Amino acid sequence: MTTIAGADDLLFQGNDWDFSTIQRIHDTVADIAEKDLKLSTYPNQIEIITAEQMLDAYASIGMPLFYKHWSFGKRFAQHESVYRKGLMGLAYEIVINSNPCISYIMEENSATMQTLVIAHAAFGHNHFFKNNYQFRQWTDPDGILDYLSFAKAYIASCEERYGHAAVERLLDAAHALMNQGVHRYPGKKSLDLMNEERRERERDAERERMYNDLWRTVPRGPASKRRVLDDRRRALLGLPQENVLYFLEKTAPKLKPWQREILRIVRLIAQYFYPQQQTKVMNEGCATWIHYQIMTTLHERGRIDDGSFLEFLTSHTNVVRQPLYTDPHYSGINPYALGYDMMCDIVRIANEPTEEDRAWFPDLAGRGDATEALKDIWANYRDESFIAQYLSPRLIRKWRLFHIEDDPDKPHLEVSAIHDERGYRNIRRMLARQHDIGRITPDIQVVDVDLDGNRRLMLHHRVLDGGLLEPEEAARVLQHLADLWGYDVLLKEVDPGTLTVLEEHAASARDGVIV
Amino acid sequence: MHIIDRRLNPGGKSFANRQRFLRRAKDLVQRAVRESAKDRGVEDIEQSGEVSIPVDGIREPSFRRAAGGKRDLVLPGNKDYVEGDLIERSPGGKGRGGGSGAGSGDGGEDQFRFVLTREEFLNIFLDDLELPDLAKQRMAEVETHGLRRAGYTTTGSPANLALQRTLQISLARRIALGRPKSAEVEALQRAIAEASVEAEGEEPGVRAALSLELETLERRRARIPYIDPLDLRYRRYEPYPKPVVQAVMFCLMDVSGSMTEGMKDIAKRFFMLLHVFLTRRYKHVDVVFIRHTDRAEEVDEDTFFHSTETGGTLVSSALAEMKRVVAERYDPSAWNIYAAQASDGDNSASDSDRTGQLLSREILPLCQYFAYLEVGDPMGHPLGFMQHSRETSLWHTYAALAAAGAKFEMRRVSRREDIYPVFRQLFQKRGAAQGASP
Repeated sequence: MTTIAGADDLLFQGNDWDFSTIQRIHDTVADIAEKDLKLSTYPNQIEIITAEQMLDAYASIGMPLFYKHWSFGKRFAQHESVYRKGLMGLAYEIVINSNPCISYIMEENSATMQTLVIAHAAFGHNHFFKNNYQFRQWTDPDGILDYLSFAKAYIASCEERYGHAAVERLLDAAHALMNQGVHRYPGKKSLDLMNEERRERERDAERERMYNDLWRTVPRGPASKRRVLDDRRRALLGLPQENVLYFLEKTAPKLKPWQREILRIVRLIAQYFYPQQQTKVMNEGCATWIHYQIMTTLHERGRIDDGSFLEFLTSHTNVVRQPLYTDPHYSGINPYALGYDMMCDIVRIANEPTEEDRAWFPDLAGRGDATEALKDIWANYRDESFIAQYLSPRLIRKWRLFHIEDDPDKPHLEVSAIHDERGYRNIRRMLARQHDIGRITPDIQVVDVDLDGNRRLMLHHRVLDGGLLEPEEAARVLQHLADLWGYDVLLKEVDPGTLTVLEEHAASARDGVIV
Repeated sequence: MHIIDRRLNPGGKSFANRQRFLRRAKDLVQRAVRESAKDRGVEDIEQSGEVSIPVDGIREPSFRRAAGGKRDLVLPGNKDYVEGDLIERSPGGKGRGGGSGAGSGDGGEDQFRFVLTREEFLNIFLDDLELPDLAKQRMAEVETHGLRRAGYTTTGSPANLALQRTLQISLARRIALGRPKSAEVEALQRAIAEASVEAEGEEPGVRAALSLELETLERRRARIPYIDPLDLRYRRYEPYPKPVVQAVMFCLMDVSGSMTEGMKDIAKRFFMLLHVFLTRRYKHVDVVFIRHTDRAEEVDEDTFFHSTETGGTLVSSALAEMKRVVAERYDPSAWNIYAAQASDGDNSASDSDRTGQLLSREILPLCQYFAYLEVGDPMGHPLGFMQHSRETSLWHTYAALAAAGAKFEMRRVSRREDIYPVFRQLFQKRGAAQGASP
């Protein structure tokens, strides 16, 4: 390691920067990231943008190109008016999960901030995108930009051919169901023909071997036959299906081919963002921890001066601040703070564990190579499993976490766990649950279609802890769903334990709205 | 690593989305703009501004969990709770922290606020206003003409010869009449030459027959010309009336002592609104300021609004001055002429007849539209003024004209807030607004 300090070694002085500064910063940071932290990242592409372009990017969920829809205009207007009033600062950067990894950095940032941003986004997030299993499973960073440009052109051509209004109505409906448009589990790969044939042969052989004429004489009631038919029909339609948009795309009877294609576009984009929703804590924690390591190393090696380092610390501490629940600024758990604290805690456990840590994390405690341990965690967990596994008692004490049960049937709220020996596991489980996407978004599935009768589509909402859907919103979404389906739609809210129906919503298709 | 400087990329990437949004929320935005225009000064009308619309029409629904049901919250910063403590439910206190836990977000918001640009604001603001009789005037009196292509003609100057079309027709004629092709003639000539070489004197009959055939062909070719005068086609141009896209706006104002500053302020607002409106409709708008007491003169804007004069009041003098300016600089065939007059209604009794005649005979035929705005004293008792309208001498003179012709409108106004509604009444789209105007 070379440690020659001196003014010549500084990457920059003062706030100003130019492209060669950015290049120098990037190369130095890349050096630390590769040699010291041994990160594996996509190649970087750094784009410098203005505040207005940042607002543009906000409106289209950060993507550099996106199809046109009024809701993005609404979002833009909203951000803009808040920003103009000075109520909201803009993000310093936006980073896109693509290959090469695109990071937008703002022109207003000082040189220190650019260094921080490059370390945070171009290396921290970049590493996470490339290695985390969720992103590897669900996203295609090589193709996303091409796909978006296809989507944009396709929707524009549909607008031209079928009219703005028709496309807008379709997108409205599709957007309403966007959260119900993702696959949550990787599908089974279909077997190839040869295997299929082999299994068929084996099944036949087994049937012959087991044949007993006696079974023929067992009476078979009409009810069971009916059930077999039901099961068969559901299996053919791939039901139950939690990806409502996928189901509509494949089976809605009246949709035209271009409408199916647009549903597909919306659903694929929803799927692309699905990993981000469930790795907020980890993703930000990983990037924050990495930028802290890199900035500290830069300072230790004399590549940035004390002033810059203090500037960095100010903004770093702002980012990882967690207001207490009594604080008027409290708005839930700050994913940066939780993620960063957990990463630091894991490093501590790996390097200098206490007795308690040894009992709680036998595999991790005293392991030594903390960075490797972290990289393994970054690759193989999502927020829920990460917290469930690695939230340590020490951190629970530090944050003074406590768990409140709010049961509407009881007159009081109850504190059911605090940061003590009896409460650790409970708190850890509950906090993990708060970050479980399966609990945040309601579990809604298409369960059946009345193919013999009026083609009514039936959906179930599996109600968790008595949390029903917001009725007004549900009615609106269901109306969109009915318009897409083309016939009646019925949504039952079912208690998964007792299978009793708690609430029903119904909607009928309006003629000519979509189909 | 690449660094790309995107700062110079064309901005307004969200423009199309914004337009879609405004179109979607058009009715709501329009209502909001009207509301906000009430509180604005006319100077600010041209500025961009914030409007807020009810969030109802632009909702983006999704399945969300309602507030009910059993909830588990994990919060940081425990101070003195121990396990098993019971906490009183209070609507304000604990519930707030819980709201974010359940992810209810900004669902409760019922107003959506955003900023419209100046363009957007004015477009919506002036959306259903129409310049009176604009179309009619164009059809009837427009003098300038443009030329545009309109098919083909059989006569014309050689410069306009449509070569392609001419040759197409000549080809059709040649095929129809069976004009021998030059290739046929050449083939025949070759055959004759060969025959003469091979059968020298042997069989003259063959050569003679070929020569005869050639002769027939040649004659036919001569009779059916390659290009006949009949084939000629010329590009046709047709004149069409070109709308006059320039306008001049005459602002006439009484500046005698009886006009107070407050009254002038109201008049000024009206003139500015009219100016904004005209600039939206015409590419080029001239403004002429004419002030008058007992004599009239053309002045610049600053003098017009701010300097005071003393003297009697002769309205006819202003009309005469306007007529002079029109004759001098604004040919009515090339200019759309609009006039707005503001006055407190005083006129010397002897001038009434002359004013009426000058207006009806000389001024109105020149004008597209003449609006008269009678300004009351804003400090005075507004309701009283509006209700039992003390009829001023000028009002009396003009009332007769208003009954006769559509080009002339008159209104009274005595408070700033009334300016915009009155302006709307004056310029509302005809047909839609017949019932509204008193």
